[in-house]
Amino acid sequence: MVDVFRALDDETRRLVLDELAASDGKTLFDICTVLTTRHGLSLTRQAISQHLGVLESAGLVVTERRGRSKFHYFNPAPLSEITRRWPHPERTRS
Amino acid sequence: MRINLTTVYVDDQRAALAFYVNVLGFTKRRDIPVGEASWLTVVSPESPDGPELLLEPAGHPAVKPYRDALVEDGIPLAQFAVDDVEAEYARLTSKGVSFTQPPTDIGAAVLAVFDDTCGNLIQIVAEKPETAEGPPS
Repeated sequence: MVDVFRALDDETRRLVLDELAASDGKTLFDICTVLTTRHGLSLTRQAISQHLGVLESAGLVVTERRGRSKFHYFNPAPLSEITRRWPHPERTRS
Repeated sequence: MRINLTTVYVDDQRAALAFYVNVLGFTKRRDIPVGEASWLTVVSPESPDGPELLLEPAGHPAVKPYRDALVEDGIPLAQFAVDDVEAEYARLTSKGVSFTQPPTDIGAAVLAVFDDTCGNLIQIVAEKPETAEGPPS
């Protein structure tokens, strides 16, 4: 769980997750393209690759090889750990 | 100075010629035997005297690691301009072409990336006309 919070504690990584959640299955090149064109982030490919590595080790991003290309997907499962640990049922306060 | 030739490395020149002509719609320009291979180029029918694309055999040992690394990260080797990316996506998909990046609107342009079946990723792009309100945000 520590990895998840550490992974989320970075605006670039949160944007990467936003983009993958909106449209899944992106190559590194796709992710670089959307970060540059939609968010004006001029990070190097190596930097984005490292951010993806952090997200992947936290389990928030999973990768799949299709043909010779590698695609990245958003995996929300680690986030559900948070709501499982701190559930927020509808409270009936009178 | 102007660009008159650019290169894609292809696994098989004849298969590449078939793909670039029959599927993509380019025209064969030169096919000159050079040893076991050919000086094999195609041009766009929209500009037959424009830049030629050389379909170069991928046999050099440096080509495989270079191309494999690009393909893994989804980086296109070349870019071609089209009028309408969505229309080309539909046309090429119906011919069995597989895309690694579906049409994506990046503001100033729409682009997509497909596998040329010869070992490369190719990007197609349609730039949007500049609007009177200025460049898109």
